[in-house]
Amino acid sequence: MTPDRPDSLLIIVPAYNEEAAVGRVVEEIRQVMPGVDILVIDDCSLDQTAAVARRAGAQVLSLPYHLGLGGAVQAGYKLAYELGYEYVIRTDGDGQHDPRDIPRIYEALKNSGCQMVIGSRFLEGNSAPTSLVRGLGIRFFRWVLRPILGRPVRDPTSGFVGVNREALQVFSKSFPLEYPEIEALVVLQRKRFRFVEVPCRMRPRLAGRSTITVLKSFYYIIHVLLGVFVNVLKYERRRR
Amino acid sequence: MEELLDFTTGMSLALLALVLFSIRRQHIRVEYSVSWFGAALSLLVLSQWPAALHTLAGWFGIGNAPLALIFIVGTLFLLVLFRLSVIISDLKDANIALTQRVAILEYRLESVHGQKATQG
Repeated sequence: MTPDRPDSLLIIVPAYNEEAAVGRVVEEIRQVMPGVDILVIDDCSLDQTAAVARRAGAQVLSLPYHLGLGGAVQAGYKLAYELGYEYVIRTDGDGQHDPRDIPRIYEALKNSGCQMVIGSRFLEGNSAPTSLVRGLGIRFFRWVLRPILGRPVRDPTSGFVGVNREALQVFSKSFPLEYPEIEALVVLQRKRFRFVEVPCRMRPRLAGRSTITVLKSFYYIIHVLLGVFVNVLKYERRRR
Repeated sequence: MEELLDFTTGMSLALLALVLFSIRRQHIRVEYSVSWFGAALSLLVLSQWPAALHTLAGWFGIGNAPLALIFIVGTLFLLVLFRLSVIISDLKDANIALTQRVAILEYRLESVHGQKATQG
Protein backbone atom coordinates (compact mmCIF):
# COMPACT_ATOMS: atom_id res chain seq x y z
CA MET A 1 0.00 0.00 0.00
CA THR A 2 1.88 3.05 -1.28
CA PRO A 3 0.47 6.20 -2.85
CA ASP A 4 1.13 6.20 -6.58
CA ARG A 5 -0.57 9.42 -7.70
CA PRO A 6 -0.28 13.07 -6.73
CA ASP A 7 -3.95 13.03 -5.64
CA SER A 8 -3.54 9.76 -3.75
CA LEU A 9 -6.40 8.80 -1.48
CA LEU A 10 -6.49 6.46 1.49
CA ILE A 11 -9.79 5.47 3.04
CA ILE A 12 -9.48 4.61 6.72
CA VAL A 13 -12.07 2.60 8.62
CA PRO A 14 -11.62 2.57 12.41
CA ALA A 15 -13.27 -0.55 13.78
CA TYR A 16 -13.76 -2.17 17.16
CA ASN A 17 -15.62 -5.47 17.35
CA GLU A 18 -17.24 -4.91 13.96
CA GLU A 19 -16.81 -8.38 12.40
CA ALA A 20 -20.47 -8.44 11.40
CA ALA A 21 -20.30 -5.16 9.45
CA VAL A 22 -16.75 -4.34 8.44
CA GLY A 23 -16.53 -6.85 5.58
CA ARG A 24 -19.57 -5.38 3.85
CA VAL A 25 -18.28 -1.83 4.47
CA VAL A 26 -14.98 -2.68 2.75
CA GLU A 27 -16.72 -4.43 -0.16
CA GLU A 28 -19.05 -1.47 -0.69
CA ILE A 29 -16.10 0.96 -0.67
CA ARG A 30 -14.30 -1.20 -3.24
CA GLN A 31 -17.37 -1.17 -5.47
CA VAL A 32 -17.66 2.61 -5.31
CA MET A 33 -13.95 3.42 -5.41
CA PRO A 34 -12.23 0.56 -7.24
CA GLY A 35 -8.46 0.54 -6.85
CA VAL A 36 -8.41 2.92 -3.91
CA ASP A 37 -6.38 1.86 -0.86
CA ILE A 38 -8.49 0.92 2.16
CA LEU A 39 -7.03 0.66 5.64
CA VAL A 40 -9.06 -0.83 8.47
CA ILE A 41 -7.68 0.17 11.85
CA ASP A 42 -8.51 -2.66 14.20
CA ASP A 43 -8.63 -1.17 17.69
CA CYS A 44 -7.65 -4.42 19.41
CA SER A 45 -11.02 -6.05 18.72
CA LEU A 46 -12.02 -9.14 20.66
CA ASP A 47 -13.67 -10.66 17.59
CA GLN A 48 -12.56 -11.43 14.02
CA THR A 49 -12.71 -7.83 12.74
CA ALA A 50 -9.14 -7.88 11.37
CA ALA A 51 -9.50 -11.23 9.61
CA VAL A 52 -12.86 -10.27 8.07
CA ALA A 53 -11.45 -6.95 6.84
CA ARG A 54 -8.44 -8.68 5.26
CA ARG A 55 -10.67 -11.21 3.53
CA ALA A 56 -12.77 -8.36 2.13
CA GLY A 57 -9.64 -6.85 0.56
CA ALA A 58 -8.55 -4.17 3.02
CA GLN A 59 -5.14 -3.62 4.56
CA VAL A 60 -5.27 -3.82 8.35
CA LEU A 61 -3.43 -1.78 10.94
CA SER A 62 -3.76 -3.75 14.17
CA LEU A 63 -3.39 -1.83 17.41
CA PRO A 64 -1.92 -4.00 20.20
CA TYR A 65 -4.05 -2.22 22.83
CA HIS A 66 -7.50 -0.68 22.69
CA LEU A 67 -7.05 3.09 22.31
CA GLY A 68 -10.57 4.27 21.60
CA LEU A 69 -11.82 6.03 18.49
CA GLY A 70 -9.47 9.04 18.53
CA GLY A 71 -6.34 6.96 19.10
CA ALA A 72 -7.32 4.56 16.32
CA VAL A 73 -8.09 7.33 13.84
CA GLN A 74 -4.85 9.14 14.70
CA ALA A 75 -2.88 5.92 14.11
CA GLY A 76 -4.40 5.81 10.62
CA TYR A 77 -3.56 9.48 10.03
CA LYS A 78 0.03 8.92 11.17
CA LEU A 79 0.52 5.97 8.84
CA ALA A 80 -1.10 7.83 5.93
CA TYR A 81 1.12 10.85 6.53
CA GLU A 82 4.27 8.74 6.75
CA LEU A 83 3.39 6.85 3.56
CA GLY A 84 2.83 10.15 1.73
CA TYR A 85 -0.91 10.13 1.01
CA GLU A 86 -2.39 13.42 -0.13
CA TYR A 87 -5.95 12.80 1.05
CA VAL A 88 -7.55 10.61 3.70
CA ILE A 89 -11.27 9.93 4.11
CA ARG A 90 -12.52 8.34 7.29
CA THR A 91 -15.67 6.27 7.35
CA ASP A 92 -17.03 4.25 10.26
CA GLY A 93 -16.79 0.49 10.41
CA ASP A 94 -20.42 -0.04 11.43
CA GLY A 95 -21.79 0.81 7.99
CA GLN A 96 -23.71 3.95 8.97
CA HIS A 97 -21.87 6.03 6.38
CA ASP A 98 -22.89 5.33 2.82
CA PRO A 99 -19.74 4.73 0.71
CA ARG A 100 -21.55 6.17 -2.34
CA ASP A 101 -20.91 9.58 -0.78
CA ILE A 102 -17.11 9.08 -0.73
CA PRO A 103 -16.58 10.40 -4.31
CA ARG A 104 -18.39 13.63 -3.34
CA ILE A 105 -16.12 14.15 -0.34
CA TYR A 106 -13.06 13.33 -2.45
CA GLU A 107 -14.05 15.83 -5.15
CA ALA A 108 -14.63 18.52 -2.52
CA LEU A 109 -11.24 17.77 -0.96
CA LYS A 110 -9.51 18.18 -4.31
CA ASN A 111 -11.45 21.19 -5.55
CA SER A 112 -12.56 23.27 -2.56
CA GLY A 113 -9.14 24.26 -1.27
CA CYS A 114 -10.35 23.38 2.22
CA GLN A 115 -8.27 21.28 4.54
CA MET A 116 -11.27 19.31 5.78
CA VAL A 117 -14.52 18.13 4.23
CA ILE A 118 -17.35 16.96 6.47
CA GLY A 119 -20.05 14.63 5.27
CA SER A 120 -23.16 16.23 6.73
CA ARG A 121 -26.46 14.48 7.43
CA PHE A 122 -28.35 17.75 7.63
CA LEU A 123 -27.69 19.47 4.31
CA GLU A 124 -30.08 19.68 1.34
CA GLY A 125 -33.06 18.67 3.41
CA ASN A 126 -31.52 15.41 4.54
CA SER A 127 -32.66 14.50 8.00
CA ALA A 128 -31.02 11.59 9.69
CA PRO A 129 -32.91 9.74 12.40
CA THR A 130 -31.11 10.54 15.65
CA SER A 131 -32.08 10.00 19.25
CA LEU A 132 -33.56 12.90 21.21
CA VAL A 133 -30.44 13.31 23.36
CA ARG A 134 -28.10 13.16 20.36
CA GLY A 135 -30.26 15.63 18.46
CA LEU A 136 -30.17 18.05 21.38
CA GLY A 137 -26.41 17.56 21.67
CA ILE A 138 -25.90 18.37 17.98
CA ARG A 139 -28.00 21.54 18.30
CA PHE A 140 -26.10 22.56 21.43
CA PHE A 141 -22.70 22.12 19.80
CA ARG A 142 -23.81 23.97 16.66
CA TRP A 143 -24.57 26.88 18.98
CA VAL A 144 -21.27 26.54 20.89
CA LEU A 145 -19.12 26.23 17.77
CA ARG A 146 -20.74 29.05 15.76
CA PRO A 147 -18.75 31.90 17.39
CA ILE A 148 -15.58 29.83 17.72
CA LEU A 149 -15.47 28.77 14.09
CA GLY A 150 -16.87 32.05 12.83
CA ARG A 151 -19.39 30.21 10.65
CA PRO A 152 -22.12 27.66 11.13
CA VAL A 153 -21.51 23.95 11.03
CA ARG A 154 -24.54 21.74 10.44
CA ASP A 155 -23.19 18.37 11.51
CA PRO A 156 -20.38 18.85 14.02
CA THR A 157 -20.50 15.24 15.27
CA SER A 158 -20.11 13.64 11.86
CA GLY A 159 -17.34 11.06 11.67
CA PHE A 160 -17.56 10.94 7.86
CA VAL A 161 -14.71 13.34 7.11
CA GLY A 162 -11.96 13.85 4.61
CA VAL A 163 -8.71 15.69 5.22
CA ASN A 164 -5.89 16.84 2.99
CA ARG A 165 -2.19 16.55 3.70
CA GLU A 166 -1.98 19.84 5.62
CA ALA A 167 -4.61 18.69 8.09
CA LEU A 168 -3.06 15.22 8.11
CA GLN A 169 0.21 16.71 9.31
CA VAL A 170 -1.56 18.51 12.15
CA PHE A 171 -3.70 15.53 13.17
CA SER A 172 -0.82 13.08 13.07
CA LYS A 173 0.78 15.16 15.82
CA SER A 174 -2.24 16.30 17.78
CA PHE A 175 -5.65 14.65 17.71
CA PRO A 176 -8.33 14.40 20.39
CA LEU A 177 -8.50 10.89 21.77
CA GLU A 178 -12.10 10.61 22.92
CA TYR A 179 -15.04 11.92 20.92
CA PRO A 180 -12.68 13.56 18.41
CA GLU A 181 -15.03 15.07 15.83
CA ILE A 182 -15.95 18.35 17.49
CA GLU A 183 -12.55 19.02 19.05
CA ALA A 184 -10.89 18.31 15.70
CA LEU A 185 -12.85 21.22 14.21
CA VAL A 186 -11.47 23.54 16.88
CA VAL A 187 -7.94 22.19 16.37
CA LEU A 188 -8.30 23.06 12.67
CA GLN A 189 -9.64 26.49 13.51
CA ARG A 190 -6.61 27.07 15.73
CA LYS A 191 -4.48 26.56 12.63
CA ARG A 192 -6.80 28.82 10.63
CA PHE A 193 -7.63 25.92 8.32
CA ARG A 194 -10.94 25.82 6.50
CA PHE A 195 -13.66 23.22 6.19
CA VAL A 196 -16.67 22.66 4.00
CA GLU A 197 -19.69 20.43 4.46
CA VAL A 198 -21.14 18.25 1.72
CA PRO A 199 -24.45 16.40 1.93
CA CYS A 200 -24.26 12.74 2.89
CA ARG A 201 -26.65 9.97 3.78
CA MET A 202 -26.71 8.14 7.06
CA ARG A 203 -27.97 4.59 7.27
CA PRO A 204 -28.83 2.37 10.20
CA ARG A 205 -25.93 0.32 11.54
CA LEU A 206 -25.36 -2.84 9.52
CA ALA A 207 -24.92 -4.81 12.74
CA GLY A 208 -24.50 -4.38 16.48
CA ARG A 209 -25.90 -1.73 18.76
CA SER A 210 -24.74 1.75 19.68
CA THR A 211 -23.06 1.91 23.07
CA ILE A 212 -24.23 5.50 23.68
CA THR A 213 -26.45 5.81 26.76
CA VAL A 214 -28.08 8.88 28.32
CA LEU A 215 -25.39 8.98 31.02
CA LYS A 216 -22.62 8.69 28.43
CA SER A 217 -24.26 11.50 26.45
CA PHE A 218 -23.95 13.87 29.40
CA TYR A 219 -20.35 12.77 29.98
CA TYR A 220 -19.77 13.37 26.26
CA ILE A 221 -21.13 16.92 26.44
CA ILE A 222 -19.00 17.87 29.45
CA HIS A 223 -15.88 16.18 28.07
CA VAL A 224 -16.19 17.79 24.65
CA LEU A 225 -17.04 21.22 26.08
CA LEU A 226 -13.88 21.10 28.19
CA GLY A 227 -11.83 19.97 25.20
CA VAL A 228 -13.27 22.75 23.04
CA PHE A 229 -12.47 25.47 25.55
CA VAL A 230 -8.97 24.13 26.23
CA ASN A 231 -8.35 24.26 22.48
CA VAL A 232 -9.72 27.79 22.33
CA LEU A 233 -7.24 28.78 25.03
CA LYS A 234 -4.41 27.38 22.88
CA TYR A 235 -5.33 29.72 20.03
CA GLU A 236 -2.44 30.43 17.69
CA ARG A 237 -1.53 33.45 15.63
CA ARG A 238 -3.42 34.02 12.42
CA ARG A 239 -1.92 32.25 9.40
CA ARG A 240 -0.36 34.51 6.81
CA MET B 1 -7.78 18.41 69.96
CA GLU B 2 -5.25 16.07 71.63
CA GLU B 3 -7.02 12.99 70.25
CA LEU B 4 -7.07 14.47 66.76
CA LEU B 5 -3.35 15.27 66.90
CA ASP B 6 -2.56 11.77 68.18
CA PHE B 7 -4.68 10.26 65.41
CA THR B 8 -2.86 12.42 62.83
CA THR B 9 0.51 11.36 64.23
CA GLY B 10 -0.53 7.71 63.97
CA MET B 11 -1.85 8.21 60.43
CA SER B 12 1.39 9.96 59.34
CA LEU B 13 3.57 7.21 60.81
CA ALA B 14 1.38 4.54 59.17
CA LEU B 15 1.62 6.36 55.83
CA LEU B 16 5.43 6.67 56.14
CA ALA B 17 5.70 2.96 56.99
CA LEU B 18 3.41 2.01 54.11
CA VAL B 19 5.42 4.08 51.62
CA LEU B 20 8.75 2.64 52.85
CA PHE B 21 7.37 -0.89 52.74
CA SER B 22 6.00 -0.33 49.24
CA ILE B 23 9.34 1.00 47.99
CA ARG B 24 11.17 -1.96 49.53
CA ARG B 25 8.75 -4.41 47.88
CA GLN B 26 9.04 -2.43 44.61
CA HIS B 27 5.28 -1.76 44.57
CA ILE B 28 5.96 1.94 44.13
CA ARG B 29 8.89 3.69 42.44
CA VAL B 30 11.03 6.07 44.53
CA GLU B 31 10.22 9.08 42.32
CA TYR B 32 6.49 8.56 42.87
CA SER B 33 6.87 8.18 46.63
CA VAL B 34 8.35 11.64 47.18
CA SER B 35 5.00 13.45 47.28
CA TRP B 36 3.54 10.89 49.71
CA PHE B 37 6.65 11.23 51.91
CA GLY B 38 6.27 15.01 51.82
CA ALA B 39 2.60 14.81 52.79
CA ALA B 40 3.22 12.30 55.61
CA LEU B 41 6.17 14.27 57.05
CA SER B 42 4.22 17.55 56.94
CA LEU B 43 1.37 15.95 58.88
CA LEU B 44 3.78 14.43 61.39
CA VAL B 45 5.44 17.79 62.03
CA LEU B 46 2.11 19.61 62.40
CA SER B 47 0.68 16.98 64.75
CA GLN B 48 3.77 17.05 66.96
CA TRP B 49 4.19 20.84 66.91
CA PRO B 50 0.84 22.48 67.79
CA ALA B 51 2.37 25.96 67.75
CA ALA B 52 3.11 25.58 64.04
CA LEU B 53 -0.45 24.36 63.48
CA HIS B 54 -1.87 27.43 65.25
CA THR B 55 0.38 29.72 63.20
CA LEU B 56 -0.78 28.09 59.95
CA ALA B 57 -4.40 28.27 61.07
CA GLY B 58 -3.88 32.00 61.66
CA TRP B 59 -2.43 32.44 58.15
CA PHE B 60 -5.49 30.77 56.62
CA GLY B 61 -7.80 32.79 58.86
CA ILE B 62 -9.18 29.66 60.53
CA GLY B 63 -9.77 30.18 64.24
CA ASN B 64 -10.23 26.48 64.97
CA ALA B 65 -6.96 24.45 64.95
CA PRO B 66 -8.58 21.00 64.34
CA LEU B 67 -10.48 22.46 61.38
CA ALA B 68 -7.20 23.91 60.07
CA LEU B 69 -5.56 20.49 60.37
CA ILE B 70 -8.36 18.85 58.37
CA PHE B 71 -8.08 21.64 55.80
CA ILE B 72 -4.31 21.13 55.51
CA VAL B 73 -4.65 17.35 55.25
CA GLY B 74 -7.25 17.73 52.50
CA THR B 75 -5.12 20.26 50.62
CA LEU B 76 -1.98 18.11 50.83
CA PHE B 77 -3.76 15.02 49.55
CA LEU B 78 -5.43 16.99 46.78
CA LEU B 79 -1.99 18.24 45.67
CA VAL B 80 -0.59 14.71 45.72
CA LEU B 81 -3.57 13.39 43.75
CA PHE B 82 -3.26 16.20 41.23
CA ARG B 83 0.43 15.41 40.75
CA LEU B 84 -0.48 11.77 40.20
CA SER B 85 -3.10 12.81 37.61
CA VAL B 86 -0.39 14.71 35.74
CA ILE B 87 1.89 11.67 35.85
CA ILE B 88 -0.89 9.32 34.71
CA SER B 89 -1.75 11.69 31.84
CA ASP B 90 1.88 11.72 30.71
CA LEU B 91 2.02 7.94 30.91
CA LYS B 92 -1.21 7.61 28.95
CA ASP B 93 0.11 9.91 26.20
CA ALA B 94 3.32 7.89 26.05
CA ASN B 95 1.38 4.61 25.95
CA ILE B 96 -0.84 5.83 23.12
CA ALA B 97 2.14 7.04 21.08
CA LEU B 98 3.97 3.75 21.70
CA THR B 99 0.92 1.64 20.83
CA GLN B 100 0.45 3.55 17.58
CA ARG B 101 4.16 3.30 16.77
CA VAL B 102 4.23 -0.46 17.43
CA ALA B 103 1.19 -0.96 15.19
CA ILE B 104 2.71 1.15 12.39
CA LEU B 105 6.09 -0.61 12.60
CA GLU B 106 4.39 -4.01 12.59
CA TYR B 107 2.36 -2.96 9.56
CA ARG B 108 5.45 -1.75 7.71
CA LEU B 109 7.38 -4.88 8.64
CA GLU B 110 4.61 -7.07 7.26
CA SER B 111 4.60 -4.97 4.08
CA VAL B 112 8.34 -5.50 3.63
CA HIS B 113 7.98 -9.24 4.23
CA GLY B 114 5.10 -9.32 1.75
CA GLN B 115 7.17 -7.52 -0.89
CA LYS B 116 10.13 -9.87 -0.35
CA ALA B 117 7.89 -12.90 -0.61
CA THR B 118 6.45 -11.56 -3.88
CA GLN B 119 9.92 -10.88 -5.31
CA GLY B 120 11.30 -14.25 -4.14
